[in-house]
Amino acid sequence: MTDLDLARPAPTASYRSTLPPSRAGFAQLVHAELTKFRTVRGWSLGLVGAVVFMVLMSLSGGHNGGNCVNGVCSAGPSDPTYAPSGIPVTDGFYFVHQTLDGDGSITVRIAAMTDTLSPAGPHEPAPNPGAAETWGKAGIILKTSLTPGSAYAAVLATSGHGVRMQYDYTHDIAGSSAAATQDDPRWLRLTRSGEVITGYESADGSNWTELGTATLPGLGTSVQAGMFAASPEYSQNTQLLGGLESSAYNSTASARMDHVALQGDWPQGAWTGTAFDYGTGSYAADSGDGTDADTAYVVSGSGDIAPEAGLQDTSQIAESGAFLALIVLTVLATQFVTAEFKHRLLGPTMAASPRRGRLLAAKSLVVGTAAFTVGLVASAIAVPLFDRMWPAGALYKVGALTEARVVLGISLLLAVFAVLAVAVGVIVRRSAVVITTVLVLAVLPYLLAVGSLLPGGAADWLLRVTPAAGFAIAQTIPVYPQVDGIYQPWGGYYPLAPWAGFAVLCAYAALALGAAWLVLRRRDVTA
Amino acid sequence: MRYALHAEWTKARTVAGPAWLLLAVALLTIGLGAVVAEASALASSASAALAAHQSEDGVKLTLGGVQLSQAVVAILAVQAVSGEYATGMIRSTLTAIPRRGVALAAKACVTVGLACAAAVPAVFGAFLLGRAILVGHGYTQAAGYPAMALTAASTLRATLGSVLYLALIALLSMGIAVLVRESAIAIGAVLALLYLFPLLAHVVSDPVWQRHLLQIGPMSAGLLVQNTTGVSTLPLSPWAGLGVLAAWAAAAVAAGAFALRRRDA
Repeated sequence: MTDLDLARPAPTASYRSTLPPSRAGFAQLVHAELTKFRTVRGWSLGLVGAVVFMVLMSLSGGHNGGNCVNGVCSAGPSDPTYAPSGIPVTDGFYFVHQTLDGDGSITVRIAAMTDTLSPAGPHEPAPNPGAAETWGKAGIILKTSLTPGSAYAAVLATSGHGVRMQYDYTHDIAGSSAAATQDDPRWLRLTRSGEVITGYESADGSNWTELGTATLPGLGTSVQAGMFAASPEYSQNTQLLGGLESSAYNSTASARMDHVALQGDWPQGAWTGTAFDYGTGSYAADSGDGTDADTAYVVSGSGDIAPEAGLQDTSQIAESGAFLALIVLTVLATQFVTAEFKHRLLGPTMAASPRRGRLLAAKSLVVGTAAFTVGLVASAIAVPLFDRMWPAGALYKVGALTEARVVLGISLLLAVFAVLAVAVGVIVRRSAVVITTVLVLAVLPYLLAVGSLLPGGAADWLLRVTPAAGFAIAQTIPVYPQVDGIYQPWGGYYPLAPWAGFAVLCAYAALALGAAWLVLRRRDVTA
Repeated sequence: MRYALHAEWTKARTVAGPAWLLLAVALLTIGLGAVVAEASALASSASAALAAHQSEDGVKLTLGGVQLSQAVVAILAVQAVSGEYATGMIRSTLTAIPRRGVALAAKACVTVGLACAAAVPAVFGAFLLGRAILVGHGYTQAAGYPAMALTAASTLRATLGSVLYLALIALLSMGIAVLVRESAIAIGAVLALLYLFPLLAHVVSDPVWQRHLLQIGPMSAGLLVQNTTGVSTLPLSPWAGLGVLAAWAAAAVAAGAFALRRRDA
C-alpha cells in the first residue's frame, strides 16, 4: 500500500436503506394528519366536550312547542291534532252536516258572504280601517268522520282569495277569483264516486267547471257532509322601529247558502249544527218552507281547517344544540392549522408532503369528519333523551325522513363550518382573528335575525347571503301560502329552502378553500 | 407603575395589529349601525300614530353595531395577553416588572384605554350617522318622535354606556386570556360567554327562564344600557344590566390575576 492509496478514499457504494420505500400517497397524508389530531390530548377532550355541550344545550331547549310556566312544562300546544299524513293541523269550524252513505253529490249556492273582525281582548286596539281577514271560508265539505284531523275535501268561497278547492289540509286549488256576492253568487258542488271526490264551481248553476279531484285515505261507506264556515284568527302586524307589533282579532265568516241539493244515493235528511273541535259558530234557516230547495241557511263560524303554522318540533333540538358545539369545533379546527404555524411544524409537514393542495385536503378531511361525527353522536344521544323528557304527544313529531335530514344536515353543517375554519386559518394564521371571523359569520346573523333589532326583510337577506344561511337545513315546517303567518326567522322559518341554505354555506367554504389553496401555494412556509 | 404603563404603551404602539383592530372597531360600529338604521327606516314608516310607541327606540338602533364590534375589541384584548405567551415575551415582561399585579394592571389600563379610544368615535359616530339617517326618513320631532338629542339623559346613558360596555368587554376578554393563555381557547371562551346566553334564551320556551338567562348573560344584560324607551319592561334596569357585565369582567380579571400570581410564567 502506497501513500497515494492512503490519501484516496476507498470507493464505497452510496448508502441505501434496507427498508422498503414507503408510499407517499394521499392515504398516508390523511393518516399523518389524523395522528396529529388524535395525539393532542386537548383536542380529543375538545371533541368529547363538544358532544357533551351539544347534548346539554339540546336538552335545555323546550322550544316554542311546549307550554311552560315557572319551570313546569305541560303537554304541548293545546293537544296537537294530526292529519292522516302525520302533520300537525288545525281543524275547527262550524259544521252543518248529516251522515250520508254511498255515492252522491251536494250542491249549494252562496248568495252572500261577509267576514267581520272583533278584538280578541278588551285591551286590544280597534283594527285598522280596511283590515280584513282574507282567508275566511264558507262552502261545502265532506269528511270521513267527526274526529278532528280526519281526511276531508271541500269546495269553498273565501273572503279574499276567490273560490278554492281544498283537501287534506295542505292541498289548495284556486278556482275563479270572484267573491261571492248577492249580484254574483257562486254555485259549489262536491261529488263522491267511490274513493274519489270531485269539486266543481259554477256562476249560474248549469255550466260547471271542474276544480280538481281528491282521493281520501280511509274513506268508508258513510261520510259526514254538509255546509261549513270558518275564519282564522286575524293578526294585524305593525312594523315599528326595532320590532314587529302584533295584535290579534277574532274573525267570523258568515255566508248565506241556498239552493241546497243532495243527489245520487244521498237522501234529503235533517241537518245537525256542530261547533267542530275548537271552532265556534251558529246556523239558522233564514227563510223558506223548510225543504232544502227553498230554504236559505245562514252559517257563521270561526276557526280554520289548515296546516298548523309557527310551531316547532323535536327535530329542532339538534339545531339548538349545534351552536355550542360549533364554537368548540371552530376553536379546534383553527388550532389544528394555526398550531402548525406557531410551532414551526409546517416546515417538516411540507417537506414530507410537498403538494400543498393535498395537505389542505387532508386537513379538511380529518377536521370535517371529526366535526361530522360529533354532530351524529350528540344527536344519537340527545334525540331519544329528549323524547323521554317530554310527555307523549307534547311536541310535534316530524317524519323519520325529515328527522334524519335535520340530524344529518346539522352534522354536515358542523363539518362545513370546521372546514371553513381550516381554510380561513390557512389564510389569516392568527387564531383569535380566525375564530372570531368564523363565529361572527355563523352566529351574529342568526342573533340579529332572531332578535328584534332588524326588521323582517333585512333579517331575511342576512340569512340568505351569510354563512348562517346554512341553519336553514333544520327547517321542518314548510310555508303554506293558504295560511297567513309571520314566516320570519324568529319563528323558525328561514328564507331559503333547507338544502339551498346549506349550499350557500358550502359556497363560502369552497371559496375560502380556493383562496387558502392559492395562498398556500404562493407563500413561503416559514413566512 | 409609570414605567410599566410606558412599556405596555410601547408594545401596543409598535405593532401594526392593534391599530388595524381599532380602526375595525370604529368602522364596524358605524357601518352596521347605519345599515340597521336604514333597513329599519325602510321597513316601517314614520307616523304620528306610531310615534308614541314604546318599541320605537331609534337610539338603540343606531348603536346596533356594537354587537359586531365587541368581537373585535375581544380580539384586541386577547391578543394583548396571548401574544406575549405565544412569543415568550411574557418572561421578559415579568422579568422587567416582577410585581405581577402591577404588570397586569398596566396592561389592563393600556388595553382599556385603547378600546375607549376607538369606542368613543365609534359609538358617537354611529349615533350621529344613524340619527341623520332616521331624520332623513322622517323620524323627526315634528312627526312626534323623540328628539334623540345627544344631551338628553337617556341618550347619554345609551352612548356613554356603550363606550363603557366595550371597555368592560376588553377587561373581561383580558381576564379570560390571562387565565387560559392560549389565544384560540381564550377567544372561543369569550365569544361563547357573550353569544350563548341570548341563543339559549331564544331556545328555551319558559319565559321565566328566558328572563333569567337574559339577566345573567354578560352581553344580553350589558346591552340593556342602550335602551332609551320602554325601560320598565326590560329584564333589568339599564345600569343594573351594565353592572352584571362589570361583575363578569371583575370576576374574570380577579381569576386571571390570581392565576398569574400563582403560576410560573
